[in-house]
Amino acid sequence: MPLAPFAVRCDVPPFRLSGTVIAALLNHRRSLAALADAVDAPPYRGAPKAVVLAIKPRHSLVAAGGALRVDDDAGELAIGASLGIVIGRTACAVREADALMHVAGYLVACDATVPHASHYRPQIRATARDASCVLGGLVVARADVGDVDALALRTFVDGELAATASTAEHVRGVARLVAEISDFMTLAPGDVVLAGSGPDAPRVRAGGRVAVEIDRVGRLETRVAVADRAPA
Amino acid sequence: MRRARVAYAGALHEATPAGDAAVRLADGRVVADDAVVWLPPFEPGTVIALGLNYADHAKELSFQKQDEPLVFLKGPASLVGHRGETRRPADATFMHYECELAVVIGKPARRVSRARAIEHVAGYTIANDYAVRDYLENWYRPNLRVKSRDGATAIGPWLVDAGDVEWPPARPLATFVNGKQTQSGHTRDLVFDIAFLVEYLSAFMTLDTGDVILTGTPEGVVNVDVGDEVVCEIEGLGRLANRIVGDDAFGRSRGAAGDGERGSMP
Repeated sequence: MPLAPFAVRCDVPPFRLSGTVIAALLNHRRSLAALADAVDAPPYRGAPKAVVLAIKPRHSLVAAGGALRVDDDAGELAIGASLGIVIGRTACAVREADALMHVAGYLVACDATVPHASHYRPQIRATARDASCVLGGLVVARADVGDVDALALRTFVDGELAATASTAEHVRGVARLVAEISDFMTLAPGDVVLAGSGPDAPRVRAGGRVAVEIDRVGRLETRVAVADRAPA
Repeated sequence: MRRARVAYAGALHEATPAGDAAVRLADGRVVADDAVVWLPPFEPGTVIALGLNYADHAKELSFQKQDEPLVFLKGPASLVGHRGETRRPADATFMHYECELAVVIGKPARRVSRARAIEHVAGYTIANDYAVRDYLENWYRPNLRVKSRDGATAIGPWLVDAGDVEWPPARPLATFVNGKQTQSGHTRDLVFDIAFLVEYLSAFMTLDTGDVILTGTPEGVVNVDVGDEVVCEIEGLGRLANRIVGDDAFGRSRGAAGDGERGSMP
């Protein structure tokens, strides 16, 4: 898989990450399609109008090389392969046409959640867990990625291809996502927006090995381990 | 002990009270409390907020009591200090304040039992957790466009040490809009109390120093308009003031599609 030649490390300015990570939810066309008639029924009563987002808190983040954590051997994680958009310039109420100028580059992210059926409430017990979101160790400069809204994503579990998707299937492409978020939440340099994953996220238990590839952005490898039960 | 973080004369300072209308900076200077810029009184980490955590407010919004707390997270740009300004988008018809007891974590907490929760609390402050109800949707409700808006969570003025407050905190709280009281409640009426919340949250997400839990608001939320001064008060913790300003102050055009953008957005 080709890796852009000018990939840079996350901790080298201007690619230093701020620690703020915002995930777009239901940003894959198949995610809403999979809900079928439920979208218009209670409790949702219609497709989302504004961008749907969740904050990934600091202890949910795992640096490249680290493991995802699950509560016990029986627990499953849904592995969400996602493009990470790294902000390079402060973005506040930017227009879609200007939004990409605020993007430094991209990284590969693996955002794992505890499978849950309802999208009505924030569900932070499923989405904000410790060690649930691995960020790739390289930020690839925007100019080296080309058309970011046409990248293939592949998820491998234990070496087998388990899911494929494309950023072309996103409800909101990168520029629109950045513009819409920046309308009410200023994005700062080093903030990361996860563009979101599809509805068919592979389920993995403790011991599983996971890899996520995104064309021209890179490959991230991780594994699922059982969380330490000790209090701190 | 109560401490604030303020900006004064080109630098950031820790400040403590000095009489009714002055603050003492850590370097010894005593200055008028309106001569400083008040920042959130601690360096914020994860901002955790509760919805529907007073039975009366849940009833006001027509909700049944739930089995587990309604918790959501906010982005770091949502916080603004005492005497800050909060933007009311031009297309909003119902934007309301929410006076809340804010619990600031002082020591990492992972899988902490409710009996030991107090050991992880650094102190308390006051939050005003604005919501723009026009933007409420039923996906991950309350969605971030309602609740994680730039500068729409006022917090401060002081971080009051946990050791100076009874456990659990039992204090009246109130909101005043342009001097007229519009909200009153009491922190003893939390549906899920602080000890429960620390145990519940720390079971799946480590709470760390500077993380803050906004514990929810009682009934009595009313619409606020551009120009209104909103003061949230919790007895013994202080008074948190905030002013509502319009899109024009932020260079945003009135009548644009959506949320008053600078320029167009589809």
